[in-house]
Amino acid sequence: MSAFLRRLYFTAVALFLAAPIIVVAGVSVNEKQDLSFPPEGFSLSWYGQIFLDPGWRQALFASVVLALASAALAVAIALPLAWFLWRRIAPWANVFQILGLAPFILPPVITALGLLTFWATAGFYGQPWTAVISHAIFFVTLPLVTLSLGFASIDRALVEAASTMGADDRTVLKTVVLPLILPYLVSGYAFAFVLSLNEYIVAYMTVGFTMETLPIKIFNALRYGYTPTMASVSIFFVAIAALVFGLIARFGDIRRLLGALSSDGN
Amino acid sequence: MRRERPQSFADYTPLFFPGLMLVVFFVVPFSTMIAVSFFRRDPTGFYTRDFVFDNYARFLSTFFGGVLGFSLLLAIGVAICCVLIAFPFTYLLTQRPRRVQTLWLVGLLSVLSLSEVIIGFAWSTLLSRTAGITNLFVWLGLMEAPVALLPSVWAVLIGMVYQALPYTILVLYPALIRLDPTLLEAARTLGASPVRAFLNVVTPALRNTLVATVIMVFVFALGSYLLPQILGRPQHWTLSVLITDQAIYQSNMPFAAAMAVFLVLISLALVGLTLMIGRRENAT
Amino acid sequence: MSGLSVNDVTKKFGSFAAVDRVQLDVPQGTFVCLLGPSGCGKTTLLRMIAGLEVPTSGAIVLDGQDITQVPTHKRNLGMVFQSLALFPHLSVGDNIAYALRIRSASKAAQKARVDELLTMIHLDGFADRPVAKLSGGQRQRVAIARALALSPKLFLLDEPLSALDAKLREAMQVELRQLQQQLGITTIVVTHDQREAMTMADLVVVMGQGKIRQAAPPIDIYRQPADSFVADFIGSTNLLELRADSTGRATIFGQPVAGLSLPDELTRAPLSVRPEDVHVTAPGHGTIDGTVTFVRDLGGTIETFVQVGDKTIVAVATPRERPDVKAGQSVGVSLPAASCVVLRS
Repeated sequence: MSAFLRRLYFTAVALFLAAPIIVVAGVSVNEKQDLSFPPEGFSLSWYGQIFLDPGWRQALFASVVLALASAALAVAIALPLAWFLWRRIAPWANVFQILGLAPFILPPVITALGLLTFWATAGFYGQPWTAVISHAIFFVTLPLVTLSLGFASIDRALVEAASTMGADDRTVLKTVVLPLILPYLVSGYAFAFVLSLNEYIVAYMTVGFTMETLPIKIFNALRYGYTPTMASVSIFFVAIAALVFGLIARFGDIRRLLGALSSDGN
Repeated sequence: MRRERPQSFADYTPLFFPGLMLVVFFVVPFSTMIAVSFFRRDPTGFYTRDFVFDNYARFLSTFFGGVLGFSLLLAIGVAICCVLIAFPFTYLLTQRPRRVQTLWLVGLLSVLSLSEVIIGFAWSTLLSRTAGITNLFVWLGLMEAPVALLPSVWAVLIGMVYQALPYTILVLYPALIRLDPTLLEAARTLGASPVRAFLNVVTPALRNTLVATVIMVFVFALGSYLLPQILGRPQHWTLSVLITDQAIYQSNMPFAAAMAVFLVLISLALVGLTLMIGRRENAT
Repeated sequence: MSGLSVNDVTKKFGSFAAVDRVQLDVPQGTFVCLLGPSGCGKTTLLRMIAGLEVPTSGAIVLDGQDITQVPTHKRNLGMVFQSLALFPHLSVGDNIAYALRIRSASKAAQKARVDELLTMIHLDGFADRPVAKLSGGQRQRVAIARALALSPKLFLLDEPLSALDAKLREAMQVELRQLQQQLGITTIVVTHDQREAMTMADLVVVMGQGKIRQAAPPIDIYRQPADSFVADFIGSTNLLELRADSTGRATIFGQPVAGLSLPDELTRAPLSVRPEDVHVTAPGHGTIDGTVTFVRDLGGTIETFVQVGDKTIVAVATPRERPDVKAGQSVGVSLPAASCVVLRS
């Protein structure tokens, strides 16, 4: 394929992926409260609304707290599990690995409905903290995958070398394993954080009637009354995702995280 | 630290917390859902405990048969569109310098992480009469007046392809980046043009990967629960949408659970098929 | 006794015996090379001495104390790994100070020891560099210094020089031997390179199929190999067969050889003659006659390949004693009885 055709192809894919975002970005700077494109006038006031309007501000706050807490819980579940699977030979423990991967592979509505029936049966339906646990389980796959990759990348000779120099298991964990695993831990957390921020169905089914996260708020606005704030929030989210993944790429090796075997392969 | 079998009970300590969390908050809810699928609906609360097959029986009607058929057809359509676009694209991407790859991967991850709500909103805007793409065509003189392109089945398809395309590319990426480059170089030295080499060498070498990817994207597309609602008409609603609708708006949790169990069975069968294909690929 | 004893140690992986009833005594301060082809069990033996593998049976005794069940981190040893295993997240200085740091030595004591060791390995002022920025030879030295930081009783090295290019490897062999003599530390090196073993070792232990085939000083291994496996593995050699004729005399290719005899009760036995001990002469003047098939002139040495019966005998000469023969020529081959070693079969 000639370079020209390739460039054309890349441009077409890029346009397809960017088009909705460009339109939404255009809508978000409308001066008046309507959704027209190209925008009429120019105003950043709809971005201000995310923080000034009490409804949107609360939703933003709820989303960020939910994402911070559930990503932390997801990492707390994934880290000991990934460590155990790396450290021990226990084939039956792979069951837990499958359990950790399942919520992400099955259609999300299933996990959502499972958690809805569970919380309803247990009598905790609608409690805000149930959303934290629900998201942590739903996204535990991400830190589990990045951490498993991280552990697999540790040369076991490093650990043996530490023990020949007098380090016991605990010291090895603290001085060798954790420092080496840290980048993978951070990216696992970041992946879970960004996806939790954007998640709709699980949050909606578990706490949708008692708490509004940003995606729930956008959806409600979509049904009950358009406002350009929806657009500005969407762009805000795209920016956060791009920033987080950009940071991972800057300080880590995103190609390796996504399956390239070595960092120097073409 | 060599890998060794757990020697004592204490060696299992790291498993306690993850095991407990996954069992209590995934296995138990999953089992609850299966149990609820046999319960009876209670219009005032969630459900009444019972053991009936009504929910499954109701599912076997022409209406739900139609919904199921449409869901599967739509998911297959999305999967095929995505793989057709993504496969050559991902292949070309793996040939690019590291910096270009990294940039694309960051962009793809950003789009992939977008909420289905935002994707639905963005496409409904893009396809709308007031703010949509047709305004651009009017401005370019290609059209007389802007029109709304939604709701329609095409809008649903486009939205779902948009949602699944980054996923498809990221699923294909590891297989293509690990492809032995000498394979292609060998084909080139034997006189094959780049396009021929791609079709005759890369494609057959990855045949099983491609089939597995189609299935994975298919399962992913089956999970789409908002786009058919936002971009389509009620007759374009898929199984996922109906499950949400029954659980939340119709307050019929047992029926939603029965449909969800059915969706799990389809998905598991397909994921199992993918794993089998993967195993065969590793064996050869 | 003072030193290391490996008493009747066996290590099985499933039903496969990687190390099979090995008995070895290493006096304090000795430099030992475990030598053998890959898969002969030498690395497994070293890892058992380090405590990284547990023997299936047998005991490992250090200075009179049974350490078989003592975990690695309590054994007070220094080890250099094949991959070197330098910690990528630590600087050169922090790598070397690791053993001191986890024992909570004071910052000043750590720095003093690091500086001392860096001087020893000629890398003064490298303490703050990241290990990734070092050359292969420098990384090698850092790994050695790190292993010696606590002045351990036992210094173990697993193929430590295999990643270096040939020139650097030979220089490091000499350096390592000098360092060991200076410190007087009991050292065990695993290698598959017989030149490396000859350069460094007091005691060469040749292993094959999990067993020790011969343990002796290097020159004895070379001059008096115990069996055909050792003779073949150490340097190159001509392996011939010594047979008894009807009258009981020892013969090679049917020619009686004066000065050689077969071990009791045997009618045939393998025989090793080093190429440098074989001389090419005029036909009829040697032990046997043959035909030259190829001459390889390497400048420093000349190798002559002579076909005798179904065997090819190699003779090595220096240019000074230039044999001056060509392929196709008939020659005599002389095998001095004093240089022939009759082997256990």
